[in-house]
Amino acid sequence: MSTMPLIPPPPPPTRPPARQWAQRLLLPAGAPADNLAAHTARHGGLPSSPAATIIDQVDAGGLVGRGGAGFPTGRKMRTVAAGSGRAVVVGNGCEGEPGSGKDELLLLQSPHLVLDGLALAARAVGADQVHLVLHAGSPAAPVIAKAIADRARARLDTVRIQQHAVPARYVASEESALVQFLNGGPAKPMFTPPRPYERGVARRPTLLNNVETLANIALVARHGPAWFRSVGDPDEPGTQLLTVTGPGAPRRVIEVETGASVESVLAATGTRYDDCQAVLVGGYFGTWLSAPAAHRLPLTHDSLRAAGGALGAGIVIGLPHGVCGLAETARVAGYLAAHNAGQCGPCLNGLPSIATALQRLAYGPWDERMTPPLARWLTVVPGRGACRHPDGAIRLISSALQVFAKDVDAHRAGFRCRGVGASTFLPVPHPATATGPWR
Amino acid sequence: MRVRVNPIDCTAHGICAELLPEWIELDEWGYPAVDGQPLPEQLVTHARRAAAACPTLALRLQED
Repeated sequence: MSTMPLIPPPPPPTRPPARQWAQRLLLPAGAPADNLAAHTARHGGLPSSPAATIIDQVDAGGLVGRGGAGFPTGRKMRTVAAGSGRAVVVGNGCEGEPGSGKDELLLLQSPHLVLDGLALAARAVGADQVHLVLHAGSPAAPVIAKAIADRARARLDTVRIQQHAVPARYVASEESALVQFLNGGPAKPMFTPPRPYERGVARRPTLLNNVETLANIALVARHGPAWFRSVGDPDEPGTQLLTVTGPGAPRRVIEVETGASVESVLAATGTRYDDCQAVLVGGYFGTWLSAPAAHRLPLTHDSLRAAGGALGAGIVIGLPHGVCGLAETARVAGYLAAHNAGQCGPCLNGLPSIATALQRLAYGPWDERMTPPLARWLTVVPGRGACRHPDGAIRLISSALQVFAKDVDAHRAGFRCRGVGASTFLPVPHPATATGPWR
Repeated sequence: MRVRVNPIDCTAHGICAELLPEWIELDEWGYPAVDGQPLPEQLVTHARRAAAACPTLALRLQED
């Protein structure tokens, strides 16, 4: 009689099957980018719906902005349309987040879907000025320029779309900074209110939307609100583009239905969830979540807010074991501090102080007398800038101090991470990108 | 009425904290920290004086 082992061997680690989601925005792998003819063949022509219908469809479809704040797009359109003075529409394709690549991919693959969205938004709010802003040096710039020229030749749009390049700095793509830039000033955030939807470009009501939001406007205007709502979370329906990086899985842009779990999107890029010690959701404006806390969390604005985080522009990064989350965050803090606009005292003094303290904690020498000021700065700086840059940076840093509490204790007890030359995980642009013109 | 600071215009002269110490504290870099709560009636005159004295006109009074 053969002997059965008393304790069965553990099953081999399984990868959860990669989920398939509806693909509305991204093209099938390997497909060439859509030129105007291919775009029209794939999606049909530009709908001729009147202004009120477009806004009603966006409203009923429940589209929320894909640039980070998650504000209902239809409500914003209605406010701009009802504002005093002729409206202006601005498409934001800057993608200032170093961890994000989704806007660029969308612009490269489907430029006309974004431009359709701009044209429809302009019609919806009665705009006679339409702008599309990209970061200087964006690989999408020539593609967009050609697409705009092709549309002009086809006499597709009633309002000419003007393309701009804004300096590639972190805060330059904040909406009031774009307004100031388009008004001829530096691309720095302004003191609000008035918000751009009240008084923006040329002092007129200005509808500012992320390019992924615009592409969704183009889809909901073609297929209607019921179709739009047929996938995703009922409160924030549709699909969303995410930029996902995991242990051993290089950065990839994927399209998922809203509400997909953190684990499922990491699995879709080939990451085993067990290989992650923590997850950064929302990029450098977001928060660290411990692996157990993030695991089955649905990726919606509501659920991230409830978990003390922010979905932001859809960045999900799984941090491998063996990488110090504190040191990684210290590097990001240095980048964010260097990228303040140099305008508001609490931010331009506070962020460098906080970043320096964090770097001392990570790389040494640490001095326990730095604990009280660091704790104080983390509470006195938020909410005191013209824009949300200090708030976002501090939210990220505070979440790191919580999630990596064990590492913090070890570092306070004298452990030092290697600084210069150590291998790093999070993408942080060279500090030199923080210098240069604001126009 | 509420007190607001335009943080872009503010250059930390600190006069506001001298004229309205009951409501305005300076942080360690000299910039005023105000909370957005409604200003008590008895401080309104002092607040107006502080706003008028701000060299960069960064201190704003906002009617509710």
